[in-house]
Amino acid sequence: MPNLDSAFSALSDPTRRAILARLALGEASVMELAKPFAMTQPAVSRHLKVLESAGLIARRAEGTRRPCRLAKPGVAAIDAWLDMLRGALEKNYERLDAVLAETKPEIKS
Amino acid sequence: MNRTENAVMSRMTLKTEGDTHVVVTRHFAAQPEAVYRAHTDPALLQRWLLGPEGWTMPVCVSEARPGGTMRYEWSNGKGGGFHLTGEYLELEPYRRIVHVERMHLPEPTPDNHIETLFEPDGDGTLMTMRMTLPDAETRRQMLATGMEQGMEASYVRLESLIAG
Repeated sequence: MPNLDSAFSALSDPTRRAILARLALGEASVMELAKPFAMTQPAVSRHLKVLESAGLIARRAEGTRRPCRLAKPGVAAIDAWLDMLRGALEKNYERLDAVLAETKPEIKS
Repeated sequence: MNRTENAVMSRMTLKTEGDTHVVVTRHFAAQPEAVYRAHTDPALLQRWLLGPEGWTMPVCVSEARPGGTMRYEWSNGKGGGFHLTGEYLELEPYRRIVHVERMHLPEPTPDNHIETLFEPDGDGTLMTMRMTLPDAETRRQMLATGMEQGMEASYVRLESLIAG
């Protein structure tokens, strides 16, 4: 199960967010992921490890390659969680809509 | 602005931005002046800024002037509650509010610096609230607190279903 604490701390790094953005386009190897960054492959591998243990990416073995892809359950968990937060805030704003609808006829001071 | 864009604008958005920001947008079917007042007038704030069902705000201090303080106290009517304190930094009537706030749970959370804009949008107002937290970890914790409140709302609904 994806853990939200580790997922959000994994997301709090611009390189890791860029890696996820790249993986949103499809599977990629470590070498392909390292290319756009001024980074060694071991450095990229360390970021991938963080993303993997946070449940945000998955890797499969293909000979000596271990291509990465987005892990849907991890990404979905973050989305579901932001949705819940949106829901709580939206409740406030629905009440505000009602308050505004009521105060509308007032003459501006 | 065409109709499709308006329909999109009427929904709330909540996004994280960079490492330390949270940006919330929402369209309201009222003039910026009315939406601004609802964000600064204590009597109006007490009617909507309540979070999950079942919560009220028995104490609301909002001194809407630069340097003025704010204090919101929430209660769930069952002995549970928490409060928020803050200071207004800049106010441009009906257009922009800059303030800083912190929750007391009961330990104070790190300061959340918030700029709220009210812009004319079709017949109504587009509100954009941009929060800046001191660091990524603080933002994570703040969002986690929001999650707990969202879950609390679900539990309250569940309770009313069971009671019914």
